[in-house]
Amino acid sequence: MDTQTKQTAKQQLMAMNGDEAVAYAVKQSDVDVVAAYPITPQTIIVEKYSEYVANGEVNTEFVCTESEHSALTACIAASATGVRTFTASASAGLALMHEVLFVASGSRTPIVMAIANRALSSPLNINGDQSDSMAQRDAGWIHLYAENAQEAYDTILQAFRIAEHNDVLLPVIVGLDGFILTHSLENVNVLSDEAVKAFVGERKLPNVLTHEGKVVPFKLDPANPMTMGPIAFANYYFEFKRQQEEAMKNALTVIQQVHEEYAALSGRNYGNGLVEAYRLDDAETALVCVGSAAGTVKTVVDELRANGVKAGLLRLRTFRPFPVEAVRSALEGVKAVAVMDKSMSFGGNGGAVFHETRHAMYDAKTHPIIVDYIYGLGGRDTSPKDFRSIYDDLHRFAHAGHADKAVHFVGLRE
Amino acid sequence: MSAKEKTWKEIAPAGVCSKSSTSFMTGDWKTYMPIRDLEKCTNCLTCVILCPDGAIRWRPEMGKIEFDYGMCKGCGICANECPTKAIKMELPEKGEE
Repeated sequence: MDTQTKQTAKQQLMAMNGDEAVAYAVKQSDVDVVAAYPITPQTIIVEKYSEYVANGEVNTEFVCTESEHSALTACIAASATGVRTFTASASAGLALMHEVLFVASGSRTPIVMAIANRALSSPLNINGDQSDSMAQRDAGWIHLYAENAQEAYDTILQAFRIAEHNDVLLPVIVGLDGFILTHSLENVNVLSDEAVKAFVGERKLPNVLTHEGKVVPFKLDPANPMTMGPIAFANYYFEFKRQQEEAMKNALTVIQQVHEEYAALSGRNYGNGLVEAYRLDDAETALVCVGSAAGTVKTVVDELRANGVKAGLLRLRTFRPFPVEAVRSALEGVKAVAVMDKSMSFGGNGGAVFHETRHAMYDAKTHPIIVDYIYGLGGRDTSPKDFRSIYDDLHRFAHAGHADKAVHFVGLRE
Repeated sequence: MSAKEKTWKEIAPAGVCSKSSTSFMTGDWKTYMPIRDLEKCTNCLTCVILCPDGAIRWRPEMGKIEFDYGMCKGCGICANECPTKAIKMELPEKGEE
């Protein structure tokens, strides 16, 4: 996080964990409907928000549903009426939403959902890894990942703007690592309610042509009936999917614009909003990671740099849409790259972040050696020592001109 | 695909329909069709309420219910729920409908 010196909005320091920071951001965003079901480590978000509702601090219809499948279904219905909608989940809860995730993106309902990233059963595990949201990467949602509680707060505020932008109209997942971020107390700078209100604004609806031949706002409204989510057979289904791909492409621009506007307001920025390069300009070796691990890696990079090692980090803040150009230009000059995957694609020769990063580099002018390190599954701690050993490996690969294998495991008893 | 069909740039998002559902005749989906027995029917209108397609109408001027076979998909909920068993699901005779 770079600290800007120019004039920014007045802020207040609050002690909050990641979940509380999310709930606070949602409270300030004037959300009309929250439908959710609690699951560790997301529970605090729902608990905290229900307190706001009970205290009359928000003007939100809070729907306690019987499952996550129902929670997201309620959110889709609410969002279709044109109101601002939020939910949160994790792990098995997100998995239960699976089929409905596609309905939300296909219906172009701009729901914002916080995911407290957690491992999936079996064996049962409540701790943090990114298996849950990475498994949903093809469901048509935008994926943004926070490095700390401050960024979780900042990203939720930006997420409503991104999701509801008329060039986008896609639901957004904001991922924060379970327990590491969700349950750790941090100093979080928050904007005033007025500043957030002015930044997030009211949801604006695009116009659509209905079967009655009227051009009306895109929402379910008895005064202007329209059919949403009908059947579309082979003659039209493909066209609707192509529209979603275009919306993802547009999101690459909108995410950067909203991030820039927020940076001017708050004084906080995270790279260009898509990726954050840390001491990468002249780096010979680099790690690529998603989420909270970046904090530890930055410390290791500083240590290595102090010892004359040209190490760097690229953090993917946006995973969907995958920022191909930004990743390519950031890594083109690096000799050896280790991609950190906090989830597995079993039998897939590495994890999702590895696949996509190496794929993005295929069209690059120069090709770094790119290897994958699976880490932290089920909440396994990954220490600075582990990350130092990866930079050592990269140094060795760069010197040899090749890596001994593509996929590695770090912090695992071999 | 016909040349008249629109491109992805021309259609509304999220499958918002260009036509009303009343212009999509779904009656040809059915195998069995509901046949009512006027002797048994008490006009309780349970079938009118329960029909998922709104394909059964109460015609007060005629004093009876009427099936819209152009819309009825033949699901049989009306026959199953009818308290006096006045509706039977039958294969259409050749040339019927």
